[in-house]
Amino acid sequence: MSEFLEYSLLGLFSGGVTALIALSFVLIYKGTGVVNFAVGEFMMLGAYLYYLGSVTYALAPWVAFVLALLGIAGLAVVVERAVLCPLSGQPAVSVMMATIGMASIIHGGVEAVWGGDTYSPPTLLPRTPLAMGEILIPGTMLGNFAVAALLIAAFLAFFRYSKTGIALRATASDPVTAATLGININYSQRLTWVLSGLVGTVAGVLIASSAGLSPLLAAAALSVFAAIILGGLDSILGAIVASLLIGWVEALGAGYLGGKSRDVLPFVLVLAVLVFKPHGMFGTRTIERL
Amino acid sequence: MRTAVFHETFASEERMWDSSTARRWMLAFTLCLFSMPFWGSDYVLAMACIVGIHVIATLGLNLTTGNAGLISLCHGAFLGVGCYTVAWAARQGLPFYVTLPLAGLVTGLLGIVVGLPSLRVKGVYLAIATLAAHFILTFFFREWESVTGGVPGTKIPRANLFGFEFIGDRRNFYLIFFCAFILAMAARNLARTHIGRALVAVRDRDISAEILGVHLLRTKLTAFALGAFYAGVAGGLLGYFYGAITPDYFVLTLSVYYLAAIIVGGLGTVLGSVLGALFMTFVPEALRLLAHTSSQWFPGVAGLLLPMGQVVFGLLIIVFLIFEPHGLAAIWARMRRVFHLWPFKT
Repeated sequence: MSEFLEYSLLGLFSGGVTALIALSFVLIYKGTGVVNFAVGEFMMLGAYLYYLGSVTYALAPWVAFVLALLGIAGLAVVVERAVLCPLSGQPAVSVMMATIGMASIIHGGVEAVWGGDTYSPPTLLPRTPLAMGEILIPGTMLGNFAVAALLIAAFLAFFRYSKTGIALRATASDPVTAATLGININYSQRLTWVLSGLVGTVAGVLIASSAGLSPLLAAAALSVFAAIILGGLDSILGAIVASLLIGWVEALGAGYLGGKSRDVLPFVLVLAVLVFKPHGMFGTRTIERL
Repeated sequence: MRTAVFHETFASEERMWDSSTARRWMLAFTLCLFSMPFWGSDYVLAMACIVGIHVIATLGLNLTTGNAGLISLCHGAFLGVGCYTVAWAARQGLPFYVTLPLAGLVTGLLGIVVGLPSLRVKGVYLAIATLAAHFILTFFFREWESVTGGVPGTKIPRANLFGFEFIGDRRNFYLIFFCAFILAMAARNLARTHIGRALVAVRDRDISAEILGVHLLRTKLTAFALGAFYAGVAGGLLGYFYGAITPDYFVLTLSVYYLAAIIVGGLGTVLGSVLGALFMTFVPEALRLLAHTSSQWFPGVAGLLLPMGQVVFGLLIIVFLIFEPHGLAAIWARMRRVFHLWPFKT
């Protein structure tokens, strides 16, 4: 029983960070209708920028973290202007292929600059583990979960209460009406990309500082697709719930079936969801004849 | 269009090559191609073999993604399925003229299974479904050791036709280009049949296609099965060509590579597949030469080769999507037009 509890807790905590990556993806899909396959690469690049600042230039971790956020925000603006703007109005599949191209560029660039080695950047959070009875929770995991939960709560509040958040939601649900109501949709879409990049960077830095930094980090984001599909592509709440669920299933699978199942279990789940309930748990059901 | 080509019957309009000039050029090209082992250097032949395999795989992806508009991110894994089928069947002592079609059929069947989510989802969702399929398949490549040899990989016996061993590039060349030629003709012919037209109709407007009597599910599954069949044959040839294979070859980058090939070449045309595969084989090669020549001034540049290749693939995808969505095939058509109409303009 305590074994089950331990796996469950570990899974839920790792699911918290997955939720951040999922949030980074859902933001863009909701805000601009683009399926961003470069989410993992953005996240990885953010983590590498953090490493560059904190280790190579020996800045204080917090300064390096802020600089990494700024760098990714700048990159998000450039990407939005240079790639997504010219492709707006093209079929979704073309735009998706462009994001695959983007992922390839960032991945190759990172490997060219930093190579394939694993680095361990300094942590932002304390490492003291937490003992709950006989279950030992690693401190970084707990910290990651706390940061992720805080950030997600902040985002939910931002979208619900702030004027900018409401404008972003309006742009997402109907760009034309939003434009007639005086919302600058170009600005909104750019802001969406920036926010998504920021969330991804936070997730990247959290994962990198607890599990090490290597180009494999981007692959971690691929299992996020499982969470997104399960939760519904356009639902923030769905992404969070599903991320926790996927983290839990992964941890149980790794615990009982062996670590290798982690590579494949999320994707089996994806296929099952797509066949039986394609819009996920919370996604908008569009009436669409296939 | 070439001048002085008049169609008086439907049959003449439906021909693959509409004038005797076109047919003569095609004949000259074919002769040139198949005499290559007699005049080409070892390097040229090795490259030609790789191009041939890529052409087959690209033709397949172009049927699924270019003609039918169903994006597939597990094409690289399909190649792996073909390759391992051939490896397994050849170990059982089957000759290559059985194993290659078998590889195609097994992969084609698997393509139908992978295409099944297209029953419920399309577009972006389908892409994620194929991504999931890619990871599940590569998981099997690594773990199903009795068939695939696991991570260390497996060996494939040489193809053998009545005692004639396909060993070395010069002999493999004929095997590969025989298959490539037949499959390219098949793809070209398919576009003229009701099946090919159904694929295009589903891509352009699926609801209208269904109203016109196209069975959507069957057409989509056909598209997947055909694409996977081509990938299976290409994978089998890859196995015979290299003689040994590890799961590391069939990574997601390979699928992205073929995606780049069809976008750069031109979606939905056979010429596009051929040009795309040719171009995408020479880009890494050009990079390698560049790295080789510059390594005397910048040591360590060879280590950057693989990542730089990824950067270039990504750039090519984006640049072609933005500036030339119809790919090299459209550029080729424009150039031909200029030559045909010279000295007049357009």
